Amino acid sequence: MKSSVIVFPGSNCDRDIAVALEKMQFQNQMVWHKETKLPKSDLIVVPGGFSYGDYLRSGAIAGKSLIIDEVIKAANSGCLVLGICNGFQILTETGLLKGTLLRNKNLKFINKDVHIKVLNNNTKFTNKYQSNQILKINIAHNEGNYFTDPKHFEELKKEKLVAFKYCDKEGNINENSNPNGSLDNIAGIFNSNKNILGMMPHPERMIDEIISNKDGINLFSSLLN
Amino acid sequence: MVKQFPLNLKKNKLKFSVTVTLKKDVLDPQGKVVQNTLFDMGMNNLKSIRQGKHFEIEVNENNQIEAERKVDEMCKKLLVNLIIEDYKINKI
Repeated sequence: MKSSVIVFPGSNCDRDIAVALEKMQFQNQMVWHKETKLPKSDLIVVPGGFSYGDYLRSGAIAGKSLIIDEVIKAANSGCLVLGICNGFQILTETGLLKGTLLRNKNLKFINKDVHIKVLNNNTKFTNKYQSNQILKINIAHNEGNYFTDPKHFEELKKEKLVAFKYCDKEGNINENSNPNGSLDNIAGIFNSNKNILGMMPHPERMIDEIISNKDGINLFSSLLN
Repeated sequence: MVKQFPLNLKKNKLKFSVTVTLKKDVLDPQGKVVQNTLFDMGMNNLKSIRQGKHFEIEVNENNQIEAERKVDEMCKKLLVNLIIEDYKINKI
C-alpha cells in the first residue's frame, strides 16, 4: 500500500508517522507542501505539528497551501485521508471535514495519555479494533475542543461518523473523562463517505511497547486489511 | 529645499478595519479569564468581555463598493472561520 505524508513548515510529527507507516510495510513518500502533484497514493496523511506556527487559526494557512488542492481532489475521488492532531485541524479548515477545533476549555496545552473508545469499527480505518474497545493514546494539543453546528452533530450521530470518544479507564464517557471540552467527548470523526478520518490523539506514538504501548497499531493494520 | 510629496500618494487606496469575534453562543475562555481578572482588580461595573482579532487592510482600489467586496471575500475565504466567528468591516 502506498502512502504520502504532507509536510508543512512547522509539522513535527511527520517523521513519527513515517516511521509508523514504514514499520507497517507501507511504501511511504514525504511530500512538501509546495508540490503541485501528489505521488500515486492509497493513503494521504496530514501529520501533527504546528504548521505556520498556528498563525491566524491552527491549520488555517496550511489549509490553503498548493498541495491541498490535490489532497482535496484525491479525497473526493475516494482516496483514504488521515489527519492527526494539527492534520485534523487542517482538514476542517479545508472543509473536507465539517466542524472546527476550538481552544481547550481550560486554556492549557494538554500533553498526556488518555483513554478513547472505538465507536465505529466498521470502517477502513478501524476494522481491526473491537467495537467499544478502549485504547490508551497520547494527546498533545492546545486546540482540540471539537465543535460543530447542531445539524451536523445530528448527522454525526445518525450516520455513525464519530470514530472515537474520550473516556476513562473503565470506558465511561462523561465530563470528567473529557480532557479539552470537546462536544460530546468527540476525539475523532469521519466524513460522510468514511474515507477521511480526523483525530486529535496520536496513534503513530503508540506502536512500540518500549516507548509506549501498541494501541495505535491496529489503525494501520486496519488500513492494510 | 522643500521635500515634494507626490500628490496622488493616497489615491487608489482604501483602508478598512476588520473585527473578528467568536459567535455569541461559542464559549470564549480567553475573554472569560480577562473578564474575571478585571473583576478581581476591582472593576465591579464590568458586565462582559469578548476577545477578538483586528485586521487593518489596504486595498488598491478607488471604488469603495468594489473594495469592500474584496475585503469581504478575504474574510470569507481566509480571515474568518464562519462556523464559530462573526466579523464586521469598517471603512477607516
